[in-house]
Amino acid sequence: MNAVLANTWTFTIKELRSFFNSAVAYVILTLFLFITGWFFASNLFLANQADLRDIFGAIVPMILLFFVPAITMRMIAEEKKSGTIELLVTLPVRDVEIVLGKYLAALILLGSALALTFAYPLTISLLGSPDHGALVGGYLGLFLMGAAYLAIGLFTSGLTPNQIVAFITGFVIIFVLFMLDKVIVVFPATIASILEYISVGYHLENLARGVIDSRDVLYYLSLIGLFLFLAVRSLESRKWR
Amino acid sequence: MIEVRNLTKDYGANRAIENVNFTVPTGQILGFLGPNGAGKTTTMKIITGFMPPTEGQVLVDNMDAIDHSLEVRRKIGYLPENTPLYTDMDIIGYLTFVQRLRGLPKSEHAVRTKRMIELCGLGEMLKKDIGELSKGYRQRVGVAQAMIHDPEILILDEPTVGLDPNQIVEIRDLIKELGRAKTLILCTHILPEVDATCDRVLIINRGKIVADGSPGQLRAAASGHYRLTVEIKGPSDQIRAALVGISGAARVAIADRDGAEPPLAGCARFVVESAPGKDLRETVFGIVRDRQWILLEMHREATRLEDVFRQLTVGADAGSSMGGDS
Repeated sequence: MNAVLANTWTFTIKELRSFFNSAVAYVILTLFLFITGWFFASNLFLANQADLRDIFGAIVPMILLFFVPAITMRMIAEEKKSGTIELLVTLPVRDVEIVLGKYLAALILLGSALALTFAYPLTISLLGSPDHGALVGGYLGLFLMGAAYLAIGLFTSGLTPNQIVAFITGFVIIFVLFMLDKVIVVFPATIASILEYISVGYHLENLARGVIDSRDVLYYLSLIGLFLFLAVRSLESRKWR
Repeated sequence: MIEVRNLTKDYGANRAIENVNFTVPTGQILGFLGPNGAGKTTTMKIITGFMPPTEGQVLVDNMDAIDHSLEVRRKIGYLPENTPLYTDMDIIGYLTFVQRLRGLPKSEHAVRTKRMIELCGLGEMLKKDIGELSKGYRQRVGVAQAMIHDPEILILDEPTVGLDPNQIVEIRDLIKELGRAKTLILCTHILPEVDATCDRVLIINRGKIVADGSPGQLRAAASGHYRLTVEIKGPSDQIRAALVGISGAARVAIADRDGAEPPLAGCARFVVESAPGKDLRETVFGIVRDRQWILLEMHREATRLEDVFRQLTVGADAGSSMGGDS
């Protein structure tokens, strides 16, 4: 078990290095902060509300829709394209360690992006008295949602040696999950409630209200588990006879 | 020891290798030789556990390469074809990364890295990213990462492709140096490499093993075969027809141009390979005299390893290559 953790961590460090040694991490973090900051600042005094409902409910989920596949697209696809995947999988490491290590690095990047938005809750706490439960729940919800997106993105990156294809397929899967609860009005009630449960937005809304329900957390965790499992399987696909 | 048993691999409807069998005893340097696309790389990918065979089995020190995948991978050092490397890492960072994943004790990392840097002559390149290195240095980094854990088995797939002649000599010396105490499989389509470094040669063609023996044995098996190079002044198609018509001529081809001057206008240069034991020089001279062409040059040489290789890999479809430009 120790060796598993050590190997996973080795991959995480390597991925983080390549994020931060290239422009990728900085471009993503800067753009993320710029866009969220723009929407936060431009609406703050108009709405005159000490909450981050817009940011949590609409802006960040929308931005993550584009940013997450951009973070994950090269993670496995690039290794397949350059052939380094052959070096990796002929080392005495398990495929699951490779996937988890890379996933953890992406999570850390996502966590840093969210952590860097601390100025927004700080600002509204100074200006008014926001519901702290809703803030905590909102951040938790965003992190879980982003984590689920990352698992999907990592999975699609493992499907192809082409980063663009990885980005687009990842985007499409995330987009469908993202849109489900926004189109349910056209469906009959029974189907609508199922679609609502499958959608990523519905659970985020619950958490952002400040109600941390284990069902919502479990939803995200199972989504993460499912797509990480599929990512490992896609890496193993070279072994299918 | 590596035992390869009845190995077959299909890619969809394509059969890459078929029923390949061989054993490499500990300490042997094996040259795995074949034209491009013959199945060398496929075989290596199966031995290293990158992918499983469709049928058959690979045993490394009596352990199945699939069932005991991790143990087998620990024993092997592998340089894949085209030397894939992380271009955004530096040499020390990369070698350390590999050592961590190989589970080598942290206290040994610096020592092992230093030894590989010295052995592979990488000392002057330490400040650069791997992506900035020339092809020759990258190849050395590839060899260094394959050797860093002092593996019992070393598998190098086309280690000298794309290098200039000086670099080739350097890498070849390095391989010789490294191969002394190890089981080594060297995949290549370059013959002098095998002649210079290997104890034993396997020739694979179209997924099947077609020859197995020491370089000397293979040459000996082909002895009695001669190559006759002739340059004749006269109409080229008639000359070819006449040469093909000689009984005992196994193969007639236009002579290689590399190195030699192009033939004079109105002259043709051919290589005639004779069947074992036949000396065709008198016959050729007779033909030239009868037709009143002019014989400008004729010389005969014993078969080289190149010719053995060519006979085995091209000879299989001699009909189509007969008289072709080779």
